[in-house]
Amino acid sequence: MSERIKDTGSLRRRLIFQLLVSVAILSLVLYFTVRVIAERAAETTQDNILGASVVSIIDEVHVVNDQISIDIPYSSLSMLGSVTDDRVFYRITVDGRTLTGYDDLPGLENTTSDTSPVYWTENFRGSEIRLSTQIRPMFFANQTHLVAVTVAQTRNGQALITSRIANTAAAFGLGFFVIASGLSWIAASSALRPLRRAEQSVQRRGPQDLRPMTTEAPREIVPLLLALNSFMDRLRLALGRTEDFITEAAHRVRTPLATVRANAEIALRGTKDKDQRKALRAMIRAVDESSRSASQLLDHAMVSFRSDQIAFEPLDLAEVISQVVTDLSPTSDLRDISINWQVTARPQINGDKILLIGAIRNLLDNAIKYSPRESEIDITLDQAGETCTARICDLGRGLGSDTEETLKKRFKRGGNAVDVVGSGLGLTIADEVARAHGGTLSLKPNQGKGTCVSFSLPRLS
Amino acid sequence: MRFLLIEDNKELGRAVKTRLSLDGHAVDWAQRISETDAYLDNAPYDLILLDIMLPDGDGREFLKRHRQQNRKTPVVVITARSEVSDRVHLLDLGADDYITKPFDFSELEARCRAVLRRHGGSAQNEKRFGDLLFSPLAATVTVGGEVRSLRNRELRLLEIFFDSPGRIYPKSQLIDRLFSYDEDVSENAVEVYVGRLRKLISGSSVQIETQRGIGYRMTEK
Repeated sequence: MSERIKDTGSLRRRLIFQLLVSVAILSLVLYFTVRVIAERAAETTQDNILGASVVSIIDEVHVVNDQISIDIPYSSLSMLGSVTDDRVFYRITVDGRTLTGYDDLPGLENTTSDTSPVYWTENFRGSEIRLSTQIRPMFFANQTHLVAVTVAQTRNGQALITSRIANTAAAFGLGFFVIASGLSWIAASSALRPLRRAEQSVQRRGPQDLRPMTTEAPREIVPLLLALNSFMDRLRLALGRTEDFITEAAHRVRTPLATVRANAEIALRGTKDKDQRKALRAMIRAVDESSRSASQLLDHAMVSFRSDQIAFEPLDLAEVISQVVTDLSPTSDLRDISINWQVTARPQINGDKILLIGAIRNLLDNAIKYSPRESEIDITLDQAGETCTARICDLGRGLGSDTEETLKKRFKRGGNAVDVVGSGLGLTIADEVARAHGGTLSLKPNQGKGTCVSFSLPRLS
Repeated sequence: MRFLLIEDNKELGRAVKTRLSLDGHAVDWAQRISETDAYLDNAPYDLILLDIMLPDGDGREFLKRHRQQNRKTPVVVITARSEVSDRVHLLDLGADDYITKPFDFSELEARCRAVLRRHGGSAQNEKRFGDLLFSPLAATVTVGGEVRSLRNRELRLLEIFFDSPGRIYPKSQLIDRLFSYDEDVSENAVEVYVGRLRKLISGSSVQIETQRGIGYRMTEK
């Protein structure tokens, strides 16, 4: 199977990978968004203070005696003093001429707006600064002059705040990533669990179990399970048809065989000719043999079929044996073989009645077949500890030179059994039934003469 | 024994009827389930031999109805299905026994006898010849008040002789009827059983004569 179906990677891994990529992207977006917002917030704060500083300075620009006079309030620059070591620059120009402050500080002399300060960023003396400028026209010396106030500050404080917030955002993003990873692992596992469950419920089935699956499943898996069910349906139908065909075929030949056998018996009754009698007897034996083989083949097929889906129920083994003994005693009577069977123990077992009857019937049938006429078959049933053992002992020809293992094999018959009708499946059937029940079948020579077959099963505690 | 055979297959039905009457049994043969009531209402049968697959219905249905109507006649089913589950099912439905096609007539007889014994119909089946009282179902002969039990082959041999006293039975026929076809037995084997039977009926007015070179027959002294 595994070499036919190519493994294209784990669905769970793929699912988790995709979830993680999404989570990572989300984390990054989160980080950058927070960062931009933080930067903007810090900038706005700085701009507000810069603007306030500029306004407070420009408000102190007066014309005194037709001359410009500025008294820079302390607060206007101190309000910019922050916890960081940000440097503050200022410059006041009149018509572009520096009145006081840093002469090289960039300004916006061309701006005419006087309503609100203007803000921008530039490089100044090797560091980035934020500037704010406001221009106010003033009339003195018979002329309108443009007074511009520029206040600037390095951006270290803002950068610090921004980086702090960004770090927090990064930590937050990372945490989000870690938590979401864990969640996606759980989500992937739980999403795939029904698939695993479906797989197990298919795995657990015996090879003959073709009943439709009745498990609960999420909507996405339902079509797969339905397809599987319909496939099993078709398979079961096909198998059933084959089985029916085989059984039907076996049954169809039985009625004509019965006719042949009955007519052979009638013919035998009316014939004195030795050769004809011999031929007729051979014919009857052939019919018996084919019928027996067909029965045992069907029995064996039944055992293989049922062993995979055993219908366990609590059973009284003694009752099963009694049933078989009653069933076969007319057969043993015919050859004056007495079956000695007395119920002395009633061990309870967990088993399939049909299979057990089939097994014990085959064993007893074997014993009758190989027993000399006017002999005895002893059946005992013992329970010891966890097991119970049915022992069937005959006074037949014994095991001969064959080993137990050989005789249990399919279609293997004892080397000393050539003259008895049989197919060699009887012991195989019993052995397979014993094993399907967790028991054993063993063959031993009977004391003195014949064979003892022991059929052991675990007892029901 | 008196049988009602219910079997639709003409060849098999004819063969079974012939074969059973060779052993001295009376057989009425119904080919359909619908005919059976007429037979059963008009004659007492010891046993019904029932085939399962019939043209106008399933033999199992007949069996169910037969039991529901509380009819006492035992039913032995002749089935083409050998599986254990089918057998168990038939017994559950009320069959007294079953035999799988193709079958040995001695086995069929043995099964029928066992069924009749279970039904306790021994009294009406007792046979008398001379001062010998033979009860096949109980497997006993009574000689001068003494009850002697018979083993299976002795019983069957005596049954053959009781079928038509005075008739000579050749050894070969006795072998066919006493031994199964997979046993290779010499004609001398019959002598052993005849000897035993003579011992069992000793003291009665009945004897088993040897007809040299032909066979045996049962006569009154």
